[in-house]
Amino acid sequence: MDRIPILKLGGALIVTIQVDMHDRLMLALEEDLTAKIASTGARGVLIEISALEIVDSFIGRMLDNIAAISRVLDAETVVVGMRPAVAITLIELGLNLTGIKTALNVERGMAMIQARLDEDDADGLGSTRAHRED
Amino acid sequence: MEIDGTQVLVRTITDEEPAILMAWLALLKEGGSLQTGRIREAELQTQAKVVLGQLRDALASGQSDFGSEAYASLRETLGEISRSRAIQGFSSTDTAKFVFSLKEPIFEALGRTQAGDASLIAAATRSASRLLDRLGLHTMEVFQTSREEVIGRQTQEIAELSTPVVRLWDGILALPLIGTLDSARTGVVMENLLQAIVDEEAEIAIIDITGVPTVDTLVAQHLLKAIAAARLMGADCIISGIRPQIAQTMVHLGVELNVVSKATLADAFALALRRTGRAVVRKQAAATTASEDRR
Repeated sequence: MDRIPILKLGGALIVTIQVDMHDRLMLALEEDLTAKIASTGARGVLIEISALEIVDSFIGRMLDNIAAISRVLDAETVVVGMRPAVAITLIELGLNLTGIKTALNVERGMAMIQARLDEDDADGLGSTRAHRED
Repeated sequence: MEIDGTQVLVRTITDEEPAILMAWLALLKEGGSLQTGRIREAELQTQAKVVLGQLRDALASGQSDFGSEAYASLRETLGEISRSRAIQGFSSTDTAKFVFSLKEPIFEALGRTQAGDASLIAAATRSASRLLDRLGLHTMEVFQTSREEVIGRQTQEIAELSTPVVRLWDGILALPLIGTLDSARTGVVMENLLQAIVDEEAEIAIIDITGVPTVDTLVAQHLLKAIAAARLMGADCIISGIRPQIAQTMVHLGVELNVVSKATLADAFALALRRTGRAVVRKQAAATTASEDRR
């Protein structure tokens, strides 16, 4: 079964969804991402969904789940590049995804994550593991 | 009664056509059809002539049922006249008068040609009356349908016109809402807003509801939907232009918007500028400071 690749960039993990999401793929992504956050000590997760055209309630709920899991592991999730149609669908499904941060594009999303990383670094609390593995 | 009124009617109209037409036009003019200036005399004359001619042809076919094939062209002509009158802004009375004023000239002509035979006149009058009533009803029906079409088109135009998305600054959009928000319009508003956010790469959208007459729980829900959708796209929303009475109603109804709201569009714009790291500076003030520095 194919999986969605997870890229590490500094203290952040980047996931871009380029294929039609189905339920098993989403479950696999959740598992992989959780493991990766734990192993790298990443402080930010950026999920890029500009190629995602079709969402259902399950995908929406899984996005919320991933964000919640990341938060438990002290990583902030930013979803970027959502299409208007997808946003309308999610709202009509009653999924407001209030736990997720959003940004219009990758650039702004990375800026949000970077701001958090900088803040932590300034406090001298940057993840030790993230830097060790660099 | 065995007398065929239709036969008599056909004969009368064929024989007396010019006289009927003259009398009809005179009645129309008397009735004030020309006074409004929306239609010229020549045009009215042509219309009357065509209608009367087609009525005669249809009657000559021996049919007296207005729904039948023989009357198809007459129905069409009347429909056309009626439709154009609806668009030109004639009142329904004016349009109805056009057909109903044909009655009198025909009755007069019947009286002239069939003088003396009361039963013939009665039969012909009855069938003429029945037929002209149907003509009139048809005219009114088309008139009303056309008016409704005009209203429908205008409604749609208003809906399209009243949901513009304006770019105020780099990354700052304004959405001045005017008129009542219903589900259909919210859909259009939401789509416009989200598309504009993508096109302009906007960070902040200001929704100005100065032009929204009432905000009830439903409207608030629609607004919240649009705001939540914009948030999913990565843009923040600010609401502005809530009028004092509306603010009172909202609180009394228990409507909560849970978003940043500002009294005026100007305040909201100032906040948006601040959030994107910009400020508006008065040039004059800067000059004064400079001169003070020099002193």
